[in-house]
Amino acid sequence: MLEASHLECVRGNRTIFRDLSFAVRPGDCFRLTGPNGSGKTSLLRMLCGLLSPTHGTIRWHGAGIETLGEEYFSSIAYVGHRPGIKDEFTAMENLQVSSGMRGIEISRKAAASALERMGLGGRLHVPARFLSEGERRRAAIARLAVNHSMLWLLDEVLTSLDRFAVKTIQLLIEDHLDAGGMAIVATHQELNLSSGQSQRIELAA
Amino acid sequence: MKAASHLVMFRWLLRREMILAWRRKSDMISMLAFFVIIASLFPLGVDPDSRLLRYMAPGVVWISALLASMLGLGSLFSSDYTDGTLEQMWITPQPRLLIVAGKILAQCLLTGMPLVLISPLLALQFGLTSSEMRFLAVSLLTGIPVLNLIGAIGSALTIGVRGGGLVVALIVLPLCIPVLVFGAGGNLSLVGAVLALTLVFAPWAAASALTIVVED
Repeated sequence: MLEASHLECVRGNRTIFRDLSFAVRPGDCFRLTGPNGSGKTSLLRMLCGLLSPTHGTIRWHGAGIETLGEEYFSSIAYVGHRPGIKDEFTAMENLQVSSGMRGIEISRKAAASALERMGLGGRLHVPARFLSEGERRRAAIARLAVNHSMLWLLDEVLTSLDRFAVKTIQLLIEDHLDAGGMAIVATHQELNLSSGQSQRIELAA
Repeated sequence: MKAASHLVMFRWLLRREMILAWRRKSDMISMLAFFVIIASLFPLGVDPDSRLLRYMAPGVVWISALLASMLGLGSLFSSDYTDGTLEQMWITPQPRLLIVAGKILAQCLLTGMPLVLISPLLALQFGLTSSEMRFLAVSLLTGIPVLNLIGAIGSALTIGVRGGGLVVALIVLPLCIPVLVFGAGGNLSLVGAVLALTLVFAPWAAASALTIVVED
């Protein structure tokens, strides 16, 4: 379980949000909404441990994430604005390398099936610089399917994706929630999930 | 279990750097060409007296190697930062120190080794004897890792800075003076001592600098 209590975020000398508390339990999906600049990305980066909250604590199974360190990182998966895709690598290599960097060896078959599920079946061996924006995003999301992380932190993953890909991601999230996973998704679009507990965090401007 | 996962990560990191270097072959070729050209300009620019050239050779080759290794440092971490792969590495369940150490090791193998290997070729035009050549190559072999270790700190500090490559050189070159003095002077044991020292603190300093950049 992830508990955030009384989080405050100050960027420069502007307070972006304060006194934000919520708890995410297995099977929960939080949709994070709010106008541009309301701190959606900052909140997700805080939950990743990439940004320390000015005030407040984030706990994972009762322990502060800054003390858990590597143990916490093995439970999360983050897809941010920068997709983390190397232009020189193919979609397949990107997926294998990113898993390898987590310390997990995945077979070519597992990588291929994750990418096929994301609709990249015909472009497994095309260098990522020849892929479109949406395809690169799909390749980044395929990481979620092979990582087996408990907590997914997704930042605007639905932008520049077509209807098929949006549907696929919804299914992916549903499967994840059914298996007892958790997800926090920052998005301006509706998420129509048929499973899991859908909740919403709204950040004010 | 944990150590095994670190090993898997380290292997994949090295593999990743090798493939990337192979796909960006032109970078390495230009670095080597730069090395050869700089070192070849000296005999043309100074008095072509063979005794003088022989006397200058270690210093010239060292300075050329130093300048050439600066070329690759600008993008050592910044390209991973720009496409978001550094951020992803930073939230893997792996020690950040090990990731940085792996990147530096790969940099040494990919840019340092070729420099060491072609240094005898350059030494040839300065009229060095084969034992002098061997000594020069060994001193470069010990010294170039130092340049890359110090360079990694500069590279980490200048992520996102405009004209990063030049700023890296401005930060790193003065710090390389001791190793240049010892290396070009043929003081191998002192180069080794500097290597041991930087081996301990440089990866840690670079990892801390990267953490500041990524966690912002």
